[in-house]
Amino acid sequence: MSILINKDSKVVVQGITGSEGQFHAGQMLDYGTQIVAGVTPGKGGQATLDDRVPVFNSVEDAVEQTGADTSIIFVPPPFAAEAVIEASFSGISVVVCITEGVPVHDMVKVKRVVNQNGTHLIGPNCPGIITVDECKLGIMPGFICKKGSIGVISKSGTLTYEAIDQLVNVGLGQTTAIGIGGDPIIGTTMKDCLKLFEEDPETEGVVIIGEIGGQMEIEAARWAKDTMSKPVIGFIAGQTAPPGRRMGHAGAIVSGGDDTAEAKMRILGECGLGVAESVADIGELMQNAMKQI
Amino acid sequence: MKVHEYQGKEIFRKHGIITPEGIPAFSVDESLVAYDKLGSETVVVKSQIHAGGRGKGGGVKLAHSRHEVESLAKEMLGMTLITHQTGPKGKEVQRLLIESRADIRLEFYAAITLDRGKEMDVFMVSIEGGVEIEKVAAETPEKIVKVWIDPLLGMKSYQARKLAFGLNLTGNAFKEAISIFLKMYACYQSTDASLMEINPLILTGDDHILALDSKFNFDGNALFRQKEISDMRDLSEEDPMEIEAGNYNLNYIKLDGNVGCMVNGAGLAMATMDIIKLAGGEPANFLDVGGTASAETVNNGFRIILSDKHVKAVLINIFGGIVRCDRVANGVVQAVKELGLDVPVVVRLEGTNAEEAQAILRKSGVSIIPAVGMKDAAEKVVKAALGA
Repeated sequence: MSILINKDSKVVVQGITGSEGQFHAGQMLDYGTQIVAGVTPGKGGQATLDDRVPVFNSVEDAVEQTGADTSIIFVPPPFAAEAVIEASFSGISVVVCITEGVPVHDMVKVKRVVNQNGTHLIGPNCPGIITVDECKLGIMPGFICKKGSIGVISKSGTLTYEAIDQLVNVGLGQTTAIGIGGDPIIGTTMKDCLKLFEEDPETEGVVIIGEIGGQMEIEAARWAKDTMSKPVIGFIAGQTAPPGRRMGHAGAIVSGGDDTAEAKMRILGECGLGVAESVADIGELMQNAMKQI
Repeated sequence: MKVHEYQGKEIFRKHGIITPEGIPAFSVDESLVAYDKLGSETVVVKSQIHAGGRGKGGGVKLAHSRHEVESLAKEMLGMTLITHQTGPKGKEVQRLLIESRADIRLEFYAAITLDRGKEMDVFMVSIEGGVEIEKVAAETPEKIVKVWIDPLLGMKSYQARKLAFGLNLTGNAFKEAISIFLKMYACYQSTDASLMEINPLILTGDDHILALDSKFNFDGNALFRQKEISDMRDLSEEDPMEIEAGNYNLNYIKLDGNVGCMVNGAGLAMATMDIIKLAGGEPANFLDVGGTASAETVNNGFRIILSDKHVKAVLINIFGGIVRCDRVANGVVQAVKELGLDVPVVVRLEGTNAEEAQAILRKSGVSIIPAVGMKDAAEKVVKAALGA
């Protein structure tokens, strides 16, 4: 088991003929991901990646002809919102949007659409999701992961890799690692992911990697406190971030209230989560939490 | 992205939101031309900087004659204005807005911004105008009226009515307020604003509603489709090194410490700053070199970090995924050789081909301090900064 994706996921790559799409579709195929189709409007009927993947003009065509149920999006920011909407209305159930720089006004509308259609959107501005040894749907280096029992949820890319690396170093493998994205509006929240990990019988503990800005970590921690039966530990990046400045991610900004690293760490602690003071402590902290079960 | 008050008011007028008559001025002469053109005896001379609290800081003053406009313009242009939002260094005033004085009966607050929790835009008004809204929210939250706008339906008339009723308006002012609120939302949408604030929105003596101030934040991700807005960018309001970094596609924010850092990925970059602090140092910057971290980006990163003369040591922290560490290591060696660095450099490379990368650094002959893990890296760079 795992969450959202597994070896049976049939993937369509939107924007497969662009340079990013080509490169990462190749990497995903090498990992073992079942890529059944690509979409580039106007290039339908062609095949790409050494003729391994057929290209369609629309997601609808790809779904009809290949049974694709999952999509990953590598299209430029002006077109990314529409790509999500197209996937959602074509019956795709899990959509991962890698694109960074999607206007927030577009995302507010997209979020409403995916909620209405019951689509699981991950991202945008995220590294994607990986179910170890089964399906990689993103740009993360697959080889750093090891199969195991920890779920990883993170707003960041390379910081997720850091956390995974530390877990592996203390002998903890992962079920699924999910980069939810660093934008103000994202498809799947930390709480959504925690719920999925709680329901997944293979997952025994969860790491959440948050950062300054927004209330998502707090919402997740409060939910975990009331409902979660599995140990959860957390780390929040941005203790030294100056207020009012956007730290790389569009959503990483301290704008008053409980959105500082300090406030989030305090509330996570109050909710009974293990809190890593230092980024270097993530692996060890999870290891200790697992020993206590 | 931010704009000046006078630019915000130009945007308002284009969207039918009424403001007092005003003309921007970049010099004393232009201030006088503006005064003559406005034709009203008393005007307001307003400093234009990208920060609030200008009135309290002495940046907004009344002038009752041409002569007073002249002396105020001379006084304000070139002065350093310090407000609670500028920080202790303040900002130099380079532009003024000369504006007709309005007849204020009541001052309100009105704003639209994104509510991240509800995932909808929220429109807020308050009868407590002219003061900091954070204070109102903390002390008398019942004085703020809010409506949340469905992104697919847009703002509805009943919502605008709720806001106008919330301000206790009647008659002509009630009608004008509804019209202004609907226009504000249309303006917010069509300009890709992430914050639009009017503080104060006023009721005049003759029963009209007027936007006396304007404050905007625009979504940087949407500037590709907002040419008019992006043309309003005032580079003199921004840190020159941050602008240069942006030209290299690097994300740089200057801080006050002496430990420079160069990292791939925004989250890891923040975590690196944090662990430098935990190790007893002070980070000098945030710098995300992005996913690629080629020799060129490393080179540019060094130039930007080291242009800050406070920097005593630099930490490079790269987690190689798709980007291979051996390539990054070669880039670091090349950059160090080319730039002839005189500060210690600690390098931590993890991920794809990390071992090969360590070997490259060891054999390079350049003085680089290798580190394993983030804790080790932070401790080494802080020690190096103290020793320098």
